[in-house]
Amino acid sequence: MADLLNLKEWVAVLGQLLMFALAAPMLVAWVKRVKCVLQNRKGPSLLQPYRDLSKLLKKEVRVAHTASPLFRATPYLVFSAVLVAASTVPLLQVHLPTTALADVIVLVGFLALARFFLALAGMDVGTAFGGMGASREMLISALAEPAMLMAIFTLTMSAHSTNLSSVIQHVLDTGLLLRPSLLFALLALLLVAIAETGRIPVDNPATHLELTMVHEAMILEYSGRHLALMEWAAQIKLLLYGVLISNVFFPWGIAETATAPALAIGALAILAKLVTLGMVLAVSETLVAKMRLFRVPAFLNLAFLLGLLGMLSYVILETSL
Amino acid sequence: MNLAQLGLVEQSIFVFAALALLLSFLLLFQGRLTAMVHVFAWQGFLLALLTATVASVEHSHHLFLSAALTLMLKGLMIPWMLHRLIRKLHLERHQERLQHQALVMMAGAGLVIFSYWVVLPIARLELANTRNIVALSLAIVQLGMLLMVARRQVVAQVIGFMSMENGLFLAAVAATYGMPLVVELGIAFDVLVAAILFGVFFFHIRDSIESLDVDQLTQLSEEER
Repeated sequence: MADLLNLKEWVAVLGQLLMFALAAPMLVAWVKRVKCVLQNRKGPSLLQPYRDLSKLLKKEVRVAHTASPLFRATPYLVFSAVLVAASTVPLLQVHLPTTALADVIVLVGFLALARFFLALAGMDVGTAFGGMGASREMLISALAEPAMLMAIFTLTMSAHSTNLSSVIQHVLDTGLLLRPSLLFALLALLLVAIAETGRIPVDNPATHLELTMVHEAMILEYSGRHLALMEWAAQIKLLLYGVLISNVFFPWGIAETATAPALAIGALAILAKLVTLGMVLAVSETLVAKMRLFRVPAFLNLAFLLGLLGMLSYVILETSL
Repeated sequence: MNLAQLGLVEQSIFVFAALALLLSFLLLFQGRLTAMVHVFAWQGFLLALLTATVASVEHSHHLFLSAALTLMLKGLMIPWMLHRLIRKLHLERHQERLQHQALVMMAGAGLVIFSYWVVLPIARLELANTRNIVALSLAIVQLGMLLMVARRQVVAQVIGFMSMENGLFLAAVAATYGMPLVVELGIAFDVLVAAILFGVFFFHIRDSIESLDVDQLTQLSEEER
């Protein structure tokens, strides 16, 4: 317990939280920028999401007459739940006091809490779009969550811990190892991340087309700073999944000690990983068309199958060798 | 013995085997026949790659020959023949919806666990580093069988049969570093002849019941369809 009360480590956690919140809009802008270049268009500047957020934060909040207090509370709840979840994912350095308090299953729980309130707020006002978006979101997340847990169980079985810091340390210690189980877990987590952050084949973040929108339908009634918080939370969630995938499966470069040079190298490494991951996401979004909603269960079935195969191949191929 | 004690090349053998198992699952769920043929070709290609890797690690040069044979027959020749058949039968756009998809997936996962359990005593024998792959190859055989049970389209069933043979070949490579060359040649040409014969049978079946759906075989031709 002694190191849990170390002030310096908690400063590191706070710094990481600030970094998550400030860097999240940049990742979204980067993905949009690469997509624009691929489609021969002139993209918006990388600072555009910051301008949008600051504009929304200054605007007046309008709330429907039928809205309950839940509707007003939800943006703050969702934003803080996602931010707390982000604090348990190591960004620059492996060891954080928060990972000892909240392991990776709690992380999934925080994200589920945010989603629960988001869906409730979507239904709260009583418009058709909100309810439709909420029911679609629940359909997707009910299928995505088992797939994500399966991938996480695969990871934790090979690291013998559900603590993200120990998992990353384990991958670092074993060095470059071609594990079939980790390959399957990586593929499963990539598919789950696409579904959970509402990117293209599952949901299109750039459209308000009533037939296809999922996330946008739920936040349709929000305005002003409420809308800003909701969008910001969605951006942080994308960054969270990006950092989770790149730091767990490719942890090289992350700082193992909290010294200034190690942290600087860690910052450069995570920047390079996220830039690459953003480009991969943009390319895949350009190549793939959005699928029908009723095809999404098959997509997430594949993710679940990959997670399951990861677990089985760990047991069959890697334990009794 | 641990995975970390093997070199990167040896580790890649396990990755190839695991990917071959994944492709078996993809075959099970692929509705389009042409896409199924492509997945089957990829599986043959992976097997050839795996055999070549085993050959270079174990310095058993006759395995290079069987890798080349696998690549030629299962990676190129049989997929090409199946492709031509599908075009001749005008089935390029045929799409079959697999019924009870989730149930079939559960059954497939169950079969993988079952084959692991069956192979456990073999894996305890200190045969070769690759002995754990025997469980995967048995699973590939059983998934091919499951595909033949779950699908009603004749061409899909034939692809399932061929992927069963892929599993047997993988078992031979993993357990004993390949069979004698005579046996291997015999099996390879058996499969090739089977592919040709199946092609002839497709036309016969289509001529007599005007469909390639196996469920139609239970109906008498005098009955109303």
